[in-house]
Amino acid sequence: MCPLTTATPDDTQLRDEGFDTASGGRILLIACGALAREILDLKARNGWDHMDLRCLPAILHNHPEKITPAVREAVAKAESDYARIFVVYGDCGTGGQLETACAEMGVEMVPGPHCYSFFEGNAEFAARDEITAFYLTDFLGRQFDAFVWKPLGLDRHPELLEMYFGHYEKLVYLAQTDDPDLTETARACADRLGLAFERRATGYGDLGATLKSWARA
Amino acid sequence: MSDEEDDLILSELPDEELVPQMHDDLYDGLKEEIEEGVNILLERGWEPYRILTEALVAGMTIVGRDFRDGILFVPEVLLAANAMKAGMAILKPLLAETGAPKMGKMVIGTVKGDIHDIGKNLVSMMMEGAGFEVVDLGINNPVEEYLEALEREQPDILGMSALLTTTMPYMKVVIDTMKEQGIRDDYIVLVGGAPLNEEFGQAIGADGYCRDAAVAVDMAKEFIQRRHNQRAVG
Repeated sequence: MCPLTTATPDDTQLRDEGFDTASGGRILLIACGALAREILDLKARNGWDHMDLRCLPAILHNHPEKITPAVREAVAKAESDYARIFVVYGDCGTGGQLETACAEMGVEMVPGPHCYSFFEGNAEFAARDEITAFYLTDFLGRQFDAFVWKPLGLDRHPELLEMYFGHYEKLVYLAQTDDPDLTETARACADRLGLAFERRATGYGDLGATLKSWARA
Repeated sequence: MSDEEDDLILSELPDEELVPQMHDDLYDGLKEEIEEGVNILLERGWEPYRILTEALVAGMTIVGRDFRDGILFVPEVLLAANAMKAGMAILKPLLAETGAPKMGKMVIGTVKGDIHDIGKNLVSMMMEGAGFEVVDLGINNPVEEYLEALEREQPDILGMSALLTTTMPYMKVVIDTMKEQGIRDDYIVLVGGAPLNEEFGQAIGADGYCRDAAVAVDMAKEFIQRRHNQRAVG
């Protein structure tokens, strides 16, 4: 894994507002804000200047029921401006609704249940069948408080920890980059949750191959 | 909460003020106050079933409504549930002794591959509060566990829960196996969980999809009533 090659927007912006690099490309990627850094890095490394990136707020991760309508709206707004549109989301807790919507709109999405799976590689992730693992990515490691700790009320009511995480055994940090500080942050998250810690270097997994095939479209 | 409210002495409140105060305390997740309120009402000679329904279930119903309406969120509901659970722990042995009405029996569990039980536990608690006997199978249940429990417990209702879109299809495995064994129609099958919806419930052949614990209770009562009516005319 290499360091990021491109400047990226602030995590808070990615979380709450999203991000738009519209610059006249013929392909548009509509993505989760949690994937912005990785997609921008792949774009920069591969010279995919013909692919624009528009990210929806990453906090939708915590409200899966809002993802499908938000993607539908984004596709509808952009379809007259681009030759092809691709959706950089997995199922992400939509229970198949995003897949159905994408099929109806005639746009492709990333195969797999969620980014944990496609970062590790869908086949490998499924084969592990880890039901007692809680996952973090680079983005979620940096945004742990905003995506996990505070929404679950653990900042105010730490006594709820057992109810939420009592059946979990380990926190798996799926690392997209080799960042010792972030590894320590993720390890601290595991400690806070009272879980064992495991770091798995995934790089971008299936995301790279998927974007590569779309770049040729 | 204001200092004035903090100074409330529950034992000095008349019943008609104590019960609404307990609703407030439940809403605020005040476990010790709920335990105290339950004990006060018992001392005043209230039947355990009346305390359960009028003080606890009625209070939790308000919590459930405000959760549905987006006024309360999961952490607050869990705190309220913990408070109610503490009150129920006092009442449960007394309910058995005093012959509280029995609505029916439910076996409930989270499906195979899924370790999430917050929703299931809320449903169990509210079902118990509504007078159902609940046999909780816990988490990560393969079809064999469900079938063994149905055989052993002979419940009226089977409840299945899942939080993950990857695990919810397993509910169909259980229902299809029940069909294969010719026992599907012996039970009312209710399903629930955050990623589920009405269409999914219908598609897998469940009798009902319960979007929250309150709906689960209402639906369970309705199906039990229908069953009784069918048997009465059958």
